[in-house]
Amino acid sequence: MDYINENDLDFIAVGAAILGSGGGGDPYIGKLMAKQAIKEHGPVKLISADEVPDDELIIPSAMMGAPAVMLEKLPNGSEPEFAFRALEKYLDQTAYGVISIEAGGINSCIPIYTAARLGLPLVDGDGMGRAFPELQMVTFSVAGVSSTPMVLCDEKGNRMIMETVTNDWSEVLARTATVAMGLSSMISIYCMDGQTLKRSVVRGTISLAREIGQRIIESNRCKSDPVEAILDVTHGFRLFGGKIADVTRDLTTGFIRGKVVIEGTEEDRGSHFELDFQNENLLARKNGKPVAITPDLITVIDREKAFPITTEGLKYGQRIIVIGIPCDRFWRTEKGLMQVGPRYFNYDIDYRPVEELAKGLAS
Amino acid sequence: MKYRLGIDVGGTNTDAVILDEKNRVYAKCKECTTEDVSEGINRAVETVLRNSSVHPSSIVDAMLGTTHATNAIIERKGLSKVAVLRLASPSGHAIPPFIEWPEDMLEALGYSFCIVKGGYEYNGALISHIDESEIRESLAKLKDHGAEALAVSCVFSPVNDEQEIQVQKCAAEMFGPDFPVTLSSEIGSIGIIERENAAILNAAIRKLAERAYGSFENVLKTHGIDADLFITQNDGTLMSIDYAKRYPVLTIASGPTNSLRGAAYLSGIKDAMVIDVGGTTTDVGVLNNGFPRDSTASVEMGGVRTNFRMPDLTAIGLGGGSVVHVSGDTVRVGPRSVGYALHSKSRVFGGDTLTATDMAVASGNLVLGDPSRVRDLASDLVSKTMQVMCSMIEEAVDRMKVSSGDVPVIVVGGGSILVPDAIKGASEVIRPEHYEVANAIGAAIAQVSGGIDGVFDVATKGRDAVLEEIKTAARHEAIKAGAEPDTVDVVEIEEIPLAYLPSNAVRFRVKAAGDLRRKE
Repeated sequence: MDYINENDLDFIAVGAAILGSGGGGDPYIGKLMAKQAIKEHGPVKLISADEVPDDELIIPSAMMGAPAVMLEKLPNGSEPEFAFRALEKYLDQTAYGVISIEAGGINSCIPIYTAARLGLPLVDGDGMGRAFPELQMVTFSVAGVSSTPMVLCDEKGNRMIMETVTNDWSEVLARTATVAMGLSSMISIYCMDGQTLKRSVVRGTISLAREIGQRIIESNRCKSDPVEAILDVTHGFRLFGGKIADVTRDLTTGFIRGKVVIEGTEEDRGSHFELDFQNENLLARKNGKPVAITPDLITVIDREKAFPITTEGLKYGQRIIVIGIPCDRFWRTEKGLMQVGPRYFNYDIDYRPVEELAKGLAS
Repeated sequence: MKYRLGIDVGGTNTDAVILDEKNRVYAKCKECTTEDVSEGINRAVETVLRNSSVHPSSIVDAMLGTTHATNAIIERKGLSKVAVLRLASPSGHAIPPFIEWPEDMLEALGYSFCIVKGGYEYNGALISHIDESEIRESLAKLKDHGAEALAVSCVFSPVNDEQEIQVQKCAAEMFGPDFPVTLSSEIGSIGIIERENAAILNAAIRKLAERAYGSFENVLKTHGIDADLFITQNDGTLMSIDYAKRYPVLTIASGPTNSLRGAAYLSGIKDAMVIDVGGTTTDVGVLNNGFPRDSTASVEMGGVRTNFRMPDLTAIGLGGGSVVHVSGDTVRVGPRSVGYALHSKSRVFGGDTLTATDMAVASGNLVLGDPSRVRDLASDLVSKTMQVMCSMIEEAVDRMKVSSGDVPVIVVGGGSILVPDAIKGASEVIRPEHYEVANAIGAAIAQVSGGIDGVFDVATKGRDAVLEEIKTAARHEAIKAGAEPDTVDVVEIEEIPLAYLPSNAVRFRVKAAGDLRRKE
């Protein structure tokens, strides 16, 4: 039987930031919360999706809003439970376990906190296999699961239960409420039975995050190459190595759109690399040619220790490596690409898998 | 003629310089740091006054850089018991104060806190009103638990400090005006855990800093110096001694900053790598446009996470006092050092500990003490040791580089002789005049600054208008702090839009700095 203990959180936080594809927020606060909860309530049982009986209820737990605000306004701590219990009550059904909707970033840790406090098992998996900015951008949604009924809670005790006509509406309405709640809220959303879970979940992503983090930290400790370790665990590709020559950010739509220009060093000397992001990294081009396209994961790591750098943390002069990781197969379907493919983010290009594009790049 | 006095207290040496009105070095000296710091300062002041024949009354400004507070935190010595009052409820309970603090630190500080009603949202709206009777009850309880000092934190207090100030008033009424209270809004920026940690550390070292700075005042008074007194802080700018007594934590990284700024000033080079070799450690830092490059990682202070902006440094355990270990064919240098006992424990000064300084004397690069006492060292052992030290420095230089090209390297500090004239990765090695007292000079030429940090709504007025307002406010803060108005420049603008929300909330951090106003 697999358990998540206090020490695992240090690994999960690093691995989740790698899976964040530049977004999802710094897992720091979530990590501290989950550690505290495990200290008080004991380790969290980690189960595979296949262990969940078909007719049992699974409820995801997540934070919504600006992770940067949470660094200042810490949660009360009871919000995730409140949201979870309110949804159980509304459904008049008791949940079997908790799951993450987003393994990338801080939402890898919030469900661990919730599971520890409720004494429930956590399903090893999530609804993205990475981070995305909007509520409807989950594999559950692609598989036809409704995001509602959903519950939003703030630290003051305000609780909203929502029923919407589409998952897109959930995003719009929940985000408006989250702004009014002071830029962050805790939610329970996409409740589903075991059978639905099994056909819509991205499997194994929590243990994957743990393994990535562990390999990075251990490689650093024994002075072996942490980049190789990441590529090995994630089946990823080294796309580019260099120094950030420019970062521009623009706040037009409320989401941060930005561009990073990287000048190659060492084996990439003389080459030029551009990275577009909107919270998460979306498009990577080497010498003008795409080498990785959303929804494949594009993650920036520091050159020395291979620790991930979120789009908020990108700065001029950093020495970095960009890696590309294949996304879950759900995202490569027509329906998946409609939601999170390049055209959704207004790029006039077709998606091509990173395995194809990165072929021929220096490894 | 009016003069400035700059003093730097390091782990091994206490340096003093006197600068004239054009900031030229008029006199300098180097004395040993003493266990009671004020004795070393006293000697340095005495010597530098004698060397200069400047009349004490013509010294109008005196600047002190010291790592006294840092050492107290690292060694957990002389710290006060600190209680924390956090204004946040109903938020803030998920992660209590003192999270992830080292056990021995909790023991030294007491580990008592209350989380009470209060706090603001990002836009200044209230999370909750404060309840004065709740605050008074909590303060009384914390005092009963043995609190000797209080740290107050409040959600988004960098945006609005009103609630923290109200707690300060209550504490003053209850425990008297001398009870030390530190408000987080006066110390740190956004990020409540790190800011609160900094406030706690500050509260813990206030008593000790008051004593240390007080003895600095006394030393100057004994020498007939009636100058305005300043202490240098982490970003290389000054604060008045009265301010420093209340916010000593802002001085904890001032040492390296001073030597970087001093190196830039002495060499006239604004973009370079700086190697500062002291008695115990060597710091390698980077100058960008005359200022230290800041570290991007969160900074740990004695095992406690803070969010100070500190110079990005690589420190290695190599200095003039580093102990040399020889076993068979292998030579190891440091990290242990004889520190300020160099002048009694090292071979050339009659002791029996083999130090890096002894090796430099044996190699013929340095004339110091009694060279006959190292004549017995085999020449290949000496050259091997010099090689080991050179590799240590080269590695540190390489680690700090952002590109593979060679860069100019400025070498300063009392132990600079350990750095050879040609090192890998350096386009040239520059040893400016007065290199050995670069940090005291850095202290003496330090600027004064003021800053604004907060989350602002840019939707109504537009980003540019909001930023202009903030820049003006930052300039005012600098002038208020004592800067000459014509010299004030905005030296730093950081803009972080808050992700994932269509609310146009942007966090700005703006700093302005200028030269200290000259006395007429």
